[in-house]
Amino acid sequence: MSTNKDALLKFVLRLGDNNLILGHRLSEWCSFGPFLEEDIAMSNIALDYIGQARVLYTYAGEVEGKGHAEDYFAYERKEHSFTNALLTEMPNGDFAQSIARQLYYSAFANLVLTALLDSKDETLKGYAGKAIKETNYHMRHALDWLHRLGEGTEESHRRMQEGLNALWMYTKDLFADVESDKALAAAGIAPDVPALYNQWFETISKAIREATLQVPDAKAWQMEGSRTNRHTENLGYIIAEMQYVTRAYPGLQW
Amino acid sequence: MGELIHLNPLVWTGKDPGLWAIANEVVDPEIPVLTVVDMGIVRDIRQDGNNIEVSITPTYTGCPAMDMIGDEIRNAFLRNGFAEVKIKTVLSPAWTTDWISDEAKEKLRKYGIAPPAHTTADKNVLLGKDKKVKCPRCGSEHTEMISNFGSTACKALWKCTDCKEPFDYFKCI
Repeated sequence: MSTNKDALLKFVLRLGDNNLILGHRLSEWCSFGPFLEEDIAMSNIALDYIGQARVLYTYAGEVEGKGHAEDYFAYERKEHSFTNALLTEMPNGDFAQSIARQLYYSAFANLVLTALLDSKDETLKGYAGKAIKETNYHMRHALDWLHRLGEGTEESHRRMQEGLNALWMYTKDLFADVESDKALAAAGIAPDVPALYNQWFETISKAIREATLQVPDAKAWQMEGSRTNRHTENLGYIIAEMQYVTRAYPGLQW
Repeated sequence: MGELIHLNPLVWTGKDPGLWAIANEVVDPEIPVLTVVDMGIVRDIRQDGNNIEVSITPTYTGCPAMDMIGDEIRNAFLRNGFAEVKIKTVLSPAWTTDWISDEAKEKLRKYGIAPPAHTTADKNVLLGKDKKVKCPRCGSEHTEMISNFGSTACKALWKCTDCKEPFDYFKCI
């Protein structure tokens, strides 16, 4: 496999893994939402992510060329083969923490997808054209709740602030400087992801301030993992639950 | 089904009305008053002897109805005597509610779903402000959004402050 193909596979899988793991986390709200409409909202957003993961994994299978279908990437790889960003595997926490994660992630996804609209890779370009429209709705949802909680009661304000603070140290990891990405950026296939950080910071800072909350310290220590493909303990539990059925009944069809 | 099908010129790419009529037998599983052709889901139909290739585009990437829609389209062509039917999914150009015809929008409204209120080119969509959404039952514009995420990926939940009924709104995308 040529360098570019290998780099492309890694990049597509990273996007797919972000979507699958975050989609799985959000699906944990299903039937546990604070009230019915938000239960449905979280489930709907989870569905968007899982759908995007399907598209990306299917493409990964084509790029890899070993006959692997989408299910292989989702259900047959072990923890250390997953390349999702740390933020996506963080526990949901309370509703405010989940909203903080949605805010941070959607703003990131927006930037990556916008850049991919100009990708020289036709499939990524097509994928981005669809995904960005859905991400816009995700972002609006996160912003709505950021404001409602930030400007709500003393408790909602406190919880929203705690959520933003708790996840802050996992945010820089979204923009990890992965070595194989450089070849893709040079070829106009993928954006220079680390370079998107400043714009992301501006967007979320503005939103947080408008919601009367404090922006966490830009110089605070940040956890790293994506660049060297290391994960938190959380991923093991996610994989165990998500892959249980396929591992218990290999080859099951229905 | 022998009627002439009115297709949005943006959607029409095939040349054979007979093939499109077959595709038009397939209704959207969640919104049975609309066919997959009404929705703009069917992009192209190619025939090679007794074999058919249908290109479809997903509405939302996670739409769980798409697998069923693919199966139903396949069944429709097999029922009509074709030997092999291949369903191809195309991502680009991205599906948009702009492709739903005015007639289809009226069918939605009669069914109780408020149709997408404007084209995606409308600045209001970009600015995140929805135009007035009319209640599909009483026609009032005194409506409010409850949640942008409703019973399916494509719908939002709204309520009418005049007739007090909740209703689904087909989101613009």
